Amino acid sequence: MTQEQAADDIIICRDVHKWYGDFHVLNGVSAYVRRGEVVVIFGPSGSGKSTFIRTINRLEVHQKGTIIVDGIEMSDDLRNIDAIRRETGMVFQQFNLFPHLTVLQNIMLAPLWVRKRKRSEAEAMAYELLERVGIKEQALKYPGQLSGGQQQRVAIARALAMQPRILLFDEPTSALDPEMIKEVLEVMKELAHTGITMLVVTHEMAFAREVADRMFFFDKGQIVEQGTPEQIFNNPQHDRTKQFLSQIL
Amino acid sequence: MSTTAQELERPQQQSDVGAWLRQNLFNGVLNTLITIVLVIFIPIVLFLIVRWAIFEATWQPVATNFRLLMTGRYPIEHVWRIQACMAIIYLLFGLSAGIWQGMVRTIGIGLVGFAIFFALFPFSVSARLWLVGSVVAALVGYFVGRPFSSKLRIPVIVLWLISPFIFWLLIRGGMLGLPLVTTNLWGGLLLTIILAVVGIIASFPIGVLLALGRQSKLPIIKWCCTLYIELVRGVPLISVLFMAVLMLPLFLPSNIRIDNLVRVLVAITGFSAAYLAENVRGGLQSVPRGQYEAASALGLNVFQTTFLIVLPQALRAVIPALVGQFISLFKDTSLVSIVGLAELLGIAGIVINQPEWLQVTGGVEREVLLFAALVYWFFCYTLSKISRRIEAHLGVGTR
Ligand SMILES: Nc1ncnc2c1ncn2[C@@H]1O[C@H](COP(=O)(O)OP(=O)(O)OP(=O)(O)O)[C@@H](O)[C@H]1O
Ligand SMILES: [Mg+2]
Repeated sequence: MTQEQAADDIIICRDVHKWYGDFHVLNGVSAYVRRGEVVVIFGPSGSGKSTFIRTINRLEVHQKGTIIVDGIEMSDDLRNIDAIRRETGMVFQQFNLFPHLTVLQNIMLAPLWVRKRKRSEAEAMAYELLERVGIKEQALKYPGQLSGGQQQRVAIARALAMQPRILLFDEPTSALDPEMIKEVLEVMKELAHTGITMLVVTHEMAFAREVADRMFFFDKGQIVEQGTPEQIFNNPQHDRTKQFLSQIL
Repeated sequence: MSTTAQELERPQQQSDVGAWLRQNLFNGVLNTLITIVLVIFIPIVLFLIVRWAIFEATWQPVATNFRLLMTGRYPIEHVWRIQACMAIIYLLFGLSAGIWQGMVRTIGIGLVGFAIFFALFPFSVSARLWLVGSVVAALVGYFVGRPFSSKLRIPVIVLWLISPFIFWLLIRGGMLGLPLVTTNLWGGLLLTIILAVVGIIASFPIGVLLALGRQSKLPIIKWCCTLYIELVRGVPLISVLFMAVLMLPLFLPSNIRIDNLVRVLVAITGFSAAYLAENVRGGLQSVPRGQYEAASALGLNVFQTTFLIVLPQALRAVIPALVGQFISLFKDTSLVSIVGLAELLGIAGIVINQPEWLQVTGGVEREVLLFAALVYWFFCYTLSKISRRIEAHLGVGTR
């Protein structure tokens, strides 16, 4: 079932385990993600999806197994963690924009302080990104003045400002009203065609069908099944997958 | 929707004053009683106070001792130095208000209010001219700062940073040809303001560092900060002042003498910092975890996360508490008269006991203390007004 590892896979996870106390939240996850691939992760609540993608940029620490991101092995070494975080951007369910900074400052922050770009350069790039996510005119507003959909698009622009190779999305549309979900998914679809690697935890199955190269089905801390949307939707192998799909489709 | 509803209701309410009174003042037996009692007593009390203030009170001691109350025994021929400091502060605030607008301008307006308030007092003509001059300095600063904001930004910051040394040099002297005025001559409102401002400015960074230290992952730092905070919060300010003034010399070698004022300043700063730390800690806890995660995900390091993301939000959340604390610090400075420094309240005590007022029936205590209270009130009220403006400006609570 598991896809074979290839030489230049951008994310390599081998037998990753994590416990919260006695609770075995990740129970031997092995996964390989190709460069430029769009992977949709889905599964029941509490199955460890968030925990899994958060181990990839070290928001969560895994306790056993190997994670290699773009050739850098995840360890306690702060330099490795910094290097991996420069390669990965993350978009959260709750946006997590910085409320005391304007939209523009939110986006320029990391380029200025982490990448040490010149202010003029960072600003030009920020406007370019805002144009890409379609809210250039909101640049000088504060996050609290924007709608949820606009905030999430700012969050995407902020993640892109670090020019990452990998974007991690943790249920980016779950906190949004239905009419705003579409505008965020549109932006994500655009991104998917740019060759950036994307890991998306979502239950937007129409999005998965259209955009995903592969899908991981998570259950009880494991990837129970993976495959192309075609395989997953039309010919799921495991009972758990079938059952879960029948519940959400 | 709701506005139209209000508009529909309002004319009715206005047309019926009786209904409003019934609803707000006479709803229920208890409220009716309270209303009646207050309606009778407030005018009577006000009338008695005003009658006393105009016809019976002896304001002579306040008027003749005005300079003493303001600057203590600071030599009269050097008072211009204090006035120069004031003018510099006003100029700097004017410049800053012009450059940064917003919050700084609010503070600037408050300061101009101070100057106008004091210009109404029976100062000498020259002192009033200085007050007006300070206001003019602020205005000039503002109108110079506004058009040249981008060019003046760095110089003004540098000026602010060196200004404490300029003030120290001017007020104390003993250098560059300025005669020395030792700190035991400083007094009155001047001393109150020095104690409060230095206490506030110095305790702020220390308090923030203590709060951060208390959250530290390193146990030694965490325990030291916690110990300090809890120790200081467990004793009254008076005892800290006594320790600084009376007991510290016992522990120091006899050839080392630290200025009394400096010791008191250290005590006040250390005391205030502990309370500030607890307030800031509340703010730190109010910053959601998502903010830390977003900062980490962007690759910000611990320092950047703390100073760019967490602290600005934490401090905003506790501005009301911080200002409340600064107000109480301002009032607590009155305790230093107990260890022999004659700040505003200390001088008031001296004035009350001056022999020339002994034959005044009933003494002059009430007048002098009322005056001191009025000055304290004006400062504290302005501080809290400024804080409310700052809060509104920052939109606290609109996350
Ligand atoms: N800090 C923590 N301490 C203890 N248990 C935790 C912690 N964080 C998460 N868990 C538990 O780990 C399990 C997996 O959590 P995770 O957030 O990864 O699930 P998920 O698949 O993303 O679910 P959802 O769809 O609800 O977001 C859950 O049962 C959760 O209660
Ligand atoms: Mg989740």
